[in-house]
Amino acid sequence: MRHIISILMENEAGALSRVAGLFSARGYNIESLTVAPTEDPSLSRMTLVTRGTDEIIEQITKQLNKLIDVVKLMDMTEGPHIEREMMLVKVNTEGNRREELKRDADIFRGRIIDVTDETYTIELTGAGTKLDAFLETLDPEVIVEVVRSGVSGIARGDRALRI
Amino acid sequence: MELTGAEIFVRALQDEGVEIIFGYPGGAVLHIYDALYKQDKVEHILTRHEQGATHAADGYARSTGKPGVVIVTSGPGATNAVTGIATAYMDSIPMVVFTGQVPTHLIGNDAFQEADNIGITRPCVKHNFLVQDVNELAQTIKKAFYVASTGRPGPVVVDIPKDVTAQKAEYHYPEKISMRSYNPVQVGHAGQIKRAVKLMLGARRPMIYTGGGVILGNAAESLTELARALDYPVTNTLMGLGGYPATDPQFVGMLGMHGTYEANMAMHHCDVLIAIGARFDDRVTGNIEKFCPTAKIVHVDIDPSSISKNVKVDVPIVGCVDKVLKAMLKVLKEGKGQPDAAAIKEWWQQIDEWRSKDCLKYDRDSEQIKPQFVVDTFYKVSNGDAYVTSDVGQHQMWAAQYYLFDKPRRWINSGGLGTMGFGLPAAMGVQLAHRDAMVACVTGEGSIQMCIQELSTCLQYHLPIKIINLNNRYLGMVRQWQEFFYQGRYAMSYMESLPDFVKLAESYGHVGMLIDKREDVQPALEEAMQLKDRLVFMDFITDQTENVYPMIPAGGGQNEMILV
Repeated sequence: MRHIISILMENEAGALSRVAGLFSARGYNIESLTVAPTEDPSLSRMTLVTRGTDEIIEQITKQLNKLIDVVKLMDMTEGPHIEREMMLVKVNTEGNRREELKRDADIFRGRIIDVTDETYTIELTGAGTKLDAFLETLDPEVIVEVVRSGVSGIARGDRALRI
Repeated sequence: MELTGAEIFVRALQDEGVEIIFGYPGGAVLHIYDALYKQDKVEHILTRHEQGATHAADGYARSTGKPGVVIVTSGPGATNAVTGIATAYMDSIPMVVFTGQVPTHLIGNDAFQEADNIGITRPCVKHNFLVQDVNELAQTIKKAFYVASTGRPGPVVVDIPKDVTAQKAEYHYPEKISMRSYNPVQVGHAGQIKRAVKLMLGARRPMIYTGGGVILGNAAESLTELARALDYPVTNTLMGLGGYPATDPQFVGMLGMHGTYEANMAMHHCDVLIAIGARFDDRVTGNIEKFCPTAKIVHVDIDPSSISKNVKVDVPIVGCVDKVLKAMLKVLKEGKGQPDAAAIKEWWQQIDEWRSKDCLKYDRDSEQIKPQFVVDTFYKVSNGDAYVTSDVGQHQMWAAQYYLFDKPRRWINSGGLGTMGFGLPAAMGVQLAHRDAMVACVTGEGSIQMCIQELSTCLQYHLPIKIINLNNRYLGMVRQWQEFFYQGRYAMSYMESLPDFVKLAESYGHVGMLIDKREDVQPALEEAMQLKDRLVFMDFITDQTENVYPMIPAGGGQNEMILV
C-alpha cells in the first residue's frame, strides 16, 4: 500500500542524506520526497511517499525513528488527511490547440501562468492521482516539459505533527 | 580562559573520564597530538594500523562496558578505520571515533588526504557529527559519548577539521545533555510485561533465547535469577555467550548454524520462546519459514526496530533488558502463578535425551592435533577464567563451542560483521583494560595475518597476550563449505606460502612455539601461561580436514542439522 510519511527533523547538514541513505541501504522504495524548513528554522519537515506491506512500513517508521536527527514522524495515511502536489506543465499550443488546452486546464482547475506564441505553461495543484489524470488527458505529443513538486501532506482535524 | 580546539578536545576527554585512546597520528590531527603530548591523564596507544586501533578500542569496550575511543587522521586514516567501525556497529558496541578532516575552507576541494568521512561512515555508525565551529566542539563530544553509550549502543564518529583544532573558544564541558530528537526507552510497558509472564508461566515446552543485549545491558545476573526461578532451559547466541553460566545444567549451549543439537532441537519444538536482547539473525534462525513453528514468542529488546523485523512476535517489550527482567521477576514473585512443574520435567527429559547425542564429541584419541582438543585443553589449563578473543572462521566456532564462559564480557568476537583480523587487536584492548588478566586470542593462520602488524604494538606496551593459532593450512570455513557444497573444489582456500610463525613472533620480540604433536599441546599451553609477562605465539599444526559440527546448512530448519 502507498503511505505518506511526514517527518520533523533537526535542520542539520546531511539530514536529508541520512534518510535517503537509509532507504537505499535497506532496499525500501521512495516514490517522492520533499523537504523544507518549517516556521521554526531549527526544524525541517520532510514528506515521503513509499509503498510496502504493513510489515515493511512498520520497519520503515521504526528505522526512521531510530535516526538520531528525527524528532517525530507521522504516517498520514493512518488517518484522514489532505494530500497536495503542485505540477507545472509546458504544452505546445501550435496547430489550433490553444482552446482545447485552455478548456482542459479549466476542467482540472489549472491556471495558465505563462504564454508564448507556441506554448502555455499550466500550474495545477491536487492529489497525485489528479495530476496523473490531467497528464493522461493530454496528447503526449503536446507535452514539452513536466515538473512535479512531490507530495506534501497534512492531517485533517486536530491531529497535527508538531513538537 | 580560552583554549584551542585541540586543548578543548583533550580536556573534554579527561572530563569524560577517558583513560585510554587508541590511534595513529597524521597531518590533520597534529594539533590534537600536540595537546595529547602535553598531558598525562589520557594514555594514547599507538597501533600499527587504524583498523587495529578501532578493533582495540572495540575490545576495550566489550570487556569493560565503557565506550572505546579512537583518533585517526583524515583521508586514509579514516577509511582504514571503517572496517573497525562497521564491526562495532553490527555488534552494537559503544565507541567514539574522532577523525581528522582537512581545514573547513578546503572541504570539497579534493585536498590532500581528504575523504568524505561523514558520507563514508554514515551507513555504519549510530550517528556522526562534523564539527564546523570550535564553540560547538565540547558539546559535540559530550553528545557523541551520550549517543554512543545509551539506548542500543553503537559507534559514533566525530569529524574535526584541522582549523577547528587551532581556533580558540571558552571551554565548558556540559555535565548532562539532552537531545529532543533522541530519548531512548528505559522501562518496559507494565501491561506487556504481565502478559509476557502469563504466557511464560503457561508454557509446557519453554525456551529462553538470549543474545548480546544481555551482555551489553549488564543483565546477566537478572537473567540467571529469572531462569533459575522458572527452571527453564537457556540458550545463548554467539554474541550472548557468558550471559548465562555455561557450566550451569540449565544451559543447553549455543544455538544456530553451529549450535548444539539440544539447543536447536529445543528451539524447534518449544511452545513459548522468550527472546531477550537477541535479534533473530539469519545465522540463528536458519530458514525463517521453518523457525520455531509451534512457538508463541516474547521479545525483549531496547531497539524497537529489532522487534518483528525478521520474525513476527506475539508479545513485544521495548526497554532496557535488565530493567524488564527485574520487572518480570517482580511480577513472578508477587503473582500466584507457578510454572507447570510436571510439563517442565517432561520437557527436561526430552532435552536430556537430545543432549545424550553428545553432539560436540570428537576423536580425542586422534594422532593428529584436533583443533577442538586445543580449545578444550586451554579451557582446562586456564580454569575457564580467561578473556578469549577470536577472529572469524572455524576456530571462532570451536572457541565458542568448547570454551565454557561463565561470566559476561569474557568472550570477545566479531559476530555480526564477521571481521577477520579482529582477534589480535581486540585482545590488546582487553589486556590494556585488564592488565593482570589472562587474555588469549584464538585464531587461525588466515585471520591472524590480517592484522599481524599489531604484534609490534604488543611489544611496545608489554601486552602478554597468548595467541593460539589453529593452523590447518586452509581457510578452514571456506574449505568446509567447498567440501559440503562445491563438491570439494577448493578454490583459493589453500595457503601455500605461510610464514614461519615462530620466527615471525621472535622477530617482533615475542616468544614463538611450534606444536605439532598431540602430547605437546597441554605442556605448551601450561608453559605459555607461566610466561606471564611475555606474548606467546603458539602455532598449533592441526588436523587439516576437521569440520565444524553440528551444522545447519543454508535453507535448513533448526531441526535439520548435519551431525558428526
